[in-house]
Amino acid sequence: MNIDSIQNGVVIDHITAGQGMKLYHLLKLDETDLSVAIIRNVVSRKMGKKDIIKIDADIPVNLDVIAYVDPGATVNIIRNGALVEKRQMELPEMLTDVLTCKNPRCITSTEQELKHVFRLTDRENKVYRCIYCETKAGI
Amino acid sequence: MKRSIIDILDLSTQELEELIATAEDIIADPDKYAHACDRKKLATLFFEPSTRTRMSFEAAMYELGGHVISVSSAMSSSAAKGESVADTAKTVSCYADIIAMRHPKEGAAYVAATNATIPVINTGDGGHCHPTQTLADLLTIWREKRRFEGLTIGLCGDLKFGRTVHSLINAMSRYNGNRFVLISPEELKVPSYVKKGSLKKFNIPYTQTTDLEAVMPELDILYMTRVQRERFFNEEDYLRLKDSYILTPDKLKNAKPDLAILHPLPRVNEISVAIDDDPRACYFKQVLNGKYMRMALILKLLKEAGTI
Ligand SMILES: [Zn+2]
Repeated sequence: MNIDSIQNGVVIDHITAGQGMKLYHLLKLDETDLSVAIIRNVVSRKMGKKDIIKIDADIPVNLDVIAYVDPGATVNIIRNGALVEKRQMELPEMLTDVLTCKNPRCITSTEQELKHVFRLTDRENKVYRCIYCETKAGI
Repeated sequence: MKRSIIDILDLSTQELEELIATAEDIIADPDKYAHACDRKKLATLFFEPSTRTRMSFEAAMYELGGHVISVSSAMSSSAAKGESVADTAKTVSCYADIIAMRHPKEGAAYVAATNATIPVINTGDGGHCHPTQTLADLLTIWREKRRFEGLTIGLCGDLKFGRTVHSLINAMSRYNGNRFVLISPEELKVPSYVKKGSLKKFNIPYTQTTDLEAVMPELDILYMTRVQRERFFNEEDYLRLKDSYILTPDKLKNAKPDLAILHPLPRVNEISVAIDDDPRACYFKQVLNGKYMRMALILKLLKEAGTI
């Protein structure tokens, strides 16, 4: 994989420096066998430093995850070597199976088949709470 | 339409007033309601024991002319065989018309409510919510004060883990002119998310103190709570804190003559039995009020579901 030019794939750009690896795991890219490049601490005029993730396949990525972890990131969809779509992030109302509830008293700790769902309760402060026990989410 | 009650805030202030009106009508003329739920069944699912709450619901349903079926012990129930809350809720929906459920895990009632085809009333999900206790508290405040506004409400004891305290703060913060006095040991103060979620959100004035006696003269309501053993991770902390706030006749010397003393019960020793005969002691009236509010709630939910 040539990390400079992708023919068909997804480039997640403007990731806050240091968040790239976290996103890589939360997007479950470690569970795929796709070619993925994580480029860390790229010098950026706007941000000082940034991370970039390039995925060499046109796969759907969970934009909610990116919006939650790093709302400043941008997602570029590349087809036939050209940028066909640029997406800005917006905090999602719900996060399903992205985070797990850390409250040991939560029903999700004993009932394995339940989806872990978090609802945005405070947009300004980016607070998500478990829909079951209302515990605040933390990565 | 089928509707469940998980949290006290699931009810609007208008609905709360309607429930109170129904409860007072039941108190005035119980015969009128004696057949309101004829042949309807309440299922009580108690995955952890709470004899008082279960009895209150059973009494409420019988007084409405209905029947009660129950799974009383978690050990003998399907939970012991590993059935999920979701499946239990679906199964019980086939037998009953309404469910009252207590479970040790937070959010269990929500899971039941989203899977049941009949209304679910949360009768306690771990340390999370216990809305029908708050209904009992509210009817008691109403019957003692005839108003929900302009009250100075003292909350004393375990304000950190006490779910009934949090629900009462949430419920009473929706009215004008109330003030809270939060009396607790440093270790058991009201959590910041509760303050942010209601006190600060609605600009409700509050003070925090460790001294019950000093604030006694200001109070219109004194809500005492038990320091619960099961909410502590270690025994040492529990033993050190449990006796911190005990109400005795001596401490009531400077209290208002029309103070109303509430307690969600059961008490251990935080209210001296010497206070039981004081006209300001309302905690046994509160138990009875709880039954009337449960009757009103069962009626409301069965009506909305089109069952009665
Ligand atoms: Zn949870």
